[in-house]
Amino acid sequence: MGECPDARLMAGGTDLLVRLRHAGADTKPPLILLSKIPELADIIMANGDLCIGSGASFSAIMAHTLVQDHAPMLAKAVGTIGGPAIRNMGTLGGNIITASPAGDSLSPLYVADAQVVLVSPGGTRKIKISEFINGPGKSDIRKDEILTQIRIPLDDGFQSHCFEKVGLRRSLAIAVASFCGRLRFDEDGTVAEARFAWGSVAPTVARSINAENALTGNRLDTKSIKKSVAEATASLSPINDIRASAHYRRTVAGALLKRFLENPQREKKHV
Amino acid sequence: MDIKFTLNGNSQSLSTEPDRRVIDLLREDLGLTGIKEGCGTGECGACTVLMDGETRLSCLTLAAQIDGRDITTIEGLQDMEEGIILQKAFEEQGAVQCGYCIPGMEMAALPLLTLHPNAARNDIKIALSGNLCRCTGYVKIVDAVEQAGREIAVKKEGL
Repeated sequence: MGECPDARLMAGGTDLLVRLRHAGADTKPPLILLSKIPELADIIMANGDLCIGSGASFSAIMAHTLVQDHAPMLAKAVGTIGGPAIRNMGTLGGNIITASPAGDSLSPLYVADAQVVLVSPGGTRKIKISEFINGPGKSDIRKDEILTQIRIPLDDGFQSHCFEKVGLRRSLAIAVASFCGRLRFDEDGTVAEARFAWGSVAPTVARSINAENALTGNRLDTKSIKKSVAEATASLSPINDIRASAHYRRTVAGALLKRFLENPQREKKHV
Repeated sequence: MDIKFTLNGNSQSLSTEPDRRVIDLLREDLGLTGIKEGCGTGECGACTVLMDGETRLSCLTLAAQIDGRDITTIEGLQDMEEGIILQKAFEEQGAVQCGYCIPGMEMAALPLLTLHPNAARNDIKIALSGNLCRCTGYVKIVDAVEQAGREIAVKKEGL
């Protein structure tokens, strides 16, 4: 990368090659293939974190028992990306660097407070995903850095979680809106902690702290649910585009939260 | 760049641009015109090939990526028992209309049938979910894959 500053890093290529093609035949930067580094596809446990290599394919992530056991919403979310062949090619690191507000893998990472590991000749740094992605297609990656790993802290206390994606069809669909949520309850049934994130309804995947706080310390009842949904829809900033209107997106985003809160399907198995 | 790979069971060595699309390498340089280019952007599945037994889109794969790998195209099906059964099932079910999507459909079905010939109808639909057909309405295609799966399962059980 130092020797060839124009070069682009390519993981699965399912976004990058399409973008380069649309940019025209004159746009042919040298490409550095990350798939030639097999270690980048590792999925392991280390220091209490689930560590997913940036080069792990969506198919590998979906099928991995560590992900199914410790990040089931991530497994579910990556299973909604593209179609089977795209999932064999596309990678988690690529989905993060593409930084689309509609990146389906991202909302579970936001809800889990995942960190990304960035390596450069100067050293290694870790940063929260919510601080790393800072706009549509934009991230805090520096010129000489490679995203090597995604670290997901194991939070065993959440009894309830969900991921939902609404698209115009079931496969090869870019989300109109997506939602990932998790809830931790105290023994008396009040909400101890709530975390929600939405895709496709803001410039980046977005949490709504106000919607989360509206539930903390309360039971899930008509009043608290109504308040939380109102806070959520007020905090999101969707746009009109070819797939849906801003109004529809906001309505769907609120409905996905409401549906989760009305039937949180408390699971025995922790996240 | 010199690359070596296995193509439908035979080893291949050739010299090409590292960023040549595999679909162009196969169709234009090697004359394997069975796979088709539909969209060129990963949304239709017509260019599906197998790399190390897994489906991949050859329009979004570069020559450098297949170096050292095992590539199967639709032309390779005639040398595989499962492939022959699958192609016959498509004929018998009338699953082919214009035919443009069929090589991609059969390539998408092959890994599923090889691993799980008894796959449920819904699993077949998921396996084919990245492949668009604008003629058939899909029902006969799914019927064909189901029929092929039954026949492969019978063969495997040695009945």
